Amino acid sequence: MAQIFAYITHKGGAADDTAFELAAAAKKIDAGAALTAIVTGTGADLNTVCNAVTAAYNEVWKIDNPALAYPNAEVVRKALLSILPAGSIILLPHDTFGMDLGPGLSIKTDSAFVADVVGIEGVDGKTLKLVRQEFSGQVSTHVTCDASAGAVLNIRPGVCQPGEIKSVGGQVVDKSGSVGDLTVGRKFLEVVKAEVGDIDITKSEVLVSIGRGIEDQENIEIATQLAEAMGADLSCSRPIVDAKWMEKARQVGTSGQTVKPKVYLAMGISGSFQHLGGIKGSPFMVAVNKNPKAPIFQVADVGIVANILEFMPELTEKINGL
Amino acid sequence: MEILVCVKRVPDTSENEIGVNSAGTDIDRDDLVYSVNEWDNYAVEEAIQIVDRVGGKVTVVAVGDNESEEVLRREMAMGANDGLLLSDDAFVGSDGKGIATILKAAVKKGNYDLVLTGAQADAGAGQVGGMLAAMLDQPYASLVNSIEIINDKTLKVGREIEGGNQEMNEIQMPCVLSIQTGINEPRYVGIRGIRKVASVEIPVLGASDLGISSGSTGSAGAKVKVQDYFVPQLGKGAEMLEGSTEEIIDKLIELLKAKGGLK
Repeated sequence: MAQIFAYITHKGGAADDTAFELAAAAKKIDAGAALTAIVTGTGADLNTVCNAVTAAYNEVWKIDNPALAYPNAEVVRKALLSILPAGSIILLPHDTFGMDLGPGLSIKTDSAFVADVVGIEGVDGKTLKLVRQEFSGQVSTHVTCDASAGAVLNIRPGVCQPGEIKSVGGQVVDKSGSVGDLTVGRKFLEVVKAEVGDIDITKSEVLVSIGRGIEDQENIEIATQLAEAMGADLSCSRPIVDAKWMEKARQVGTSGQTVKPKVYLAMGISGSFQHLGGIKGSPFMVAVNKNPKAPIFQVADVGIVANILEFMPELTEKINGL
Repeated sequence: MEILVCVKRVPDTSENEIGVNSAGTDIDRDDLVYSVNEWDNYAVEEAIQIVDRVGGKVTVVAVGDNESEEVLRREMAMGANDGLLLSDDAFVGSDGKGIATILKAAVKKGNYDLVLTGAQADAGAGQVGGMLAAMLDQPYASLVNSIEIINDKTLKVGREIEGGNQEMNEIQMPCVLSIQTGINEPRYVGIRGIRKVASVEIPVLGASDLGISSGSTGSAGAKVKVQDYFVPQLGKGAEMLEGSTEEIIDKLIELLKAKGGLK
């Protein structure tokens, strides 16, 4: 099998969880492979991250360059192209950075690309057998990837758990000198922080969360009444914010808030991985959805097949009568 | 500004429950309602708003069979000026790279300052825009949720990143952007609007018109292939509450009390 590389994302001198998940993913492709991590950035934080990931990677290729202080995918791609051997397998996290980098990188390395990999089932010669999902997780697929000329694989965060890490005691190799001109047509300016809402749902113990099943802005009142009856806060999934029916600060998911309640009521939410990625701490999860095939029923503790617009008022009435 | 927006005809997940056919070779396509990919609809709206501000023209393009014409017309009813259908038996079974190869050929035939795609479609890969940009050697930004025109060469774009934060970038045109939902509020298209564009001719280009060599697209050119479909089992699965609504609610209240869900 080809040489396997993992790109390490990091922030404030700490490697992302995916740094170790990608090492676990690489082992599923080739259990005996010597793994190489690539870490780009600048200064003391970069060194800290490089040293931390030597636990899981035999070699850690460091690229120190001021142009890489913020991970602009266009700049990172240029840097990677100057050091990656042809035919490599490159693992990236399928997050907003990996989505920005992976597709273009696969074209420039003339290799295959598979996005949002949720499972690695094995290798047959130069063909990788992978698992993906389509339609927001409603169906899964087995996918083959011809990696004879290399591959870029975006691995979904959280699916390859590293388990206990026994340090392999890897070496840091400084590749900064191999990187040439990093001028690109896209310049990073700044990160604008999310606006703070009237209620901090990340602190809520009980959440009534609504999705597409609410159907209309006027129906949000029905959910508000249930939340009030329960003493819960109201949150939502992405489509509700896209429709401008609720503020962004109430959105649960990877592109919204990460919540850790004790009890989570998913009302008319199908359960995409981006939504579930924003729910931590294993709450007691109740899902109500009129679609019996909704992916949310696979991860919820309790499921009810019902139209939330009929179900919620009855539940509210009963709770108010207690 | 000349803008090309790439759109895809997909099963409408708000109208359908997506399941697997009995052979496991595809999703169950009986009685599916199709529409334009939701992300693409935001991209078309954004293009129309840009042209409303600074002038220019919006062209919508789709790769697909004749049925894709209906989504092109829908987007033209929204306000896109032209439609373009890329259709050939040699395109069937293309992977993401194959689709990007076809679109690249169409981009090369025009003179576009800006190419927009949706951030992702039904297969959830979000790959075509980034591939297309790399093939064209143009700058790319994904998951764009704001666009501001700085001058005729430069845009300021916001990318949606984790935690509800926004990453601001300056990007040089010509460029490719993938558009995230929520960037705008796509306008409603009525039946009257669709009728207005019902007879507008939509050119159809095939592989030879586009100068695409055989074997570079379609299943012959695909390195990534879907082998089968199945229904995933992620967790142990929920305990489904059944019975009359009253019984279900009584049981649920009992559980909520036990788990601290009622205050």
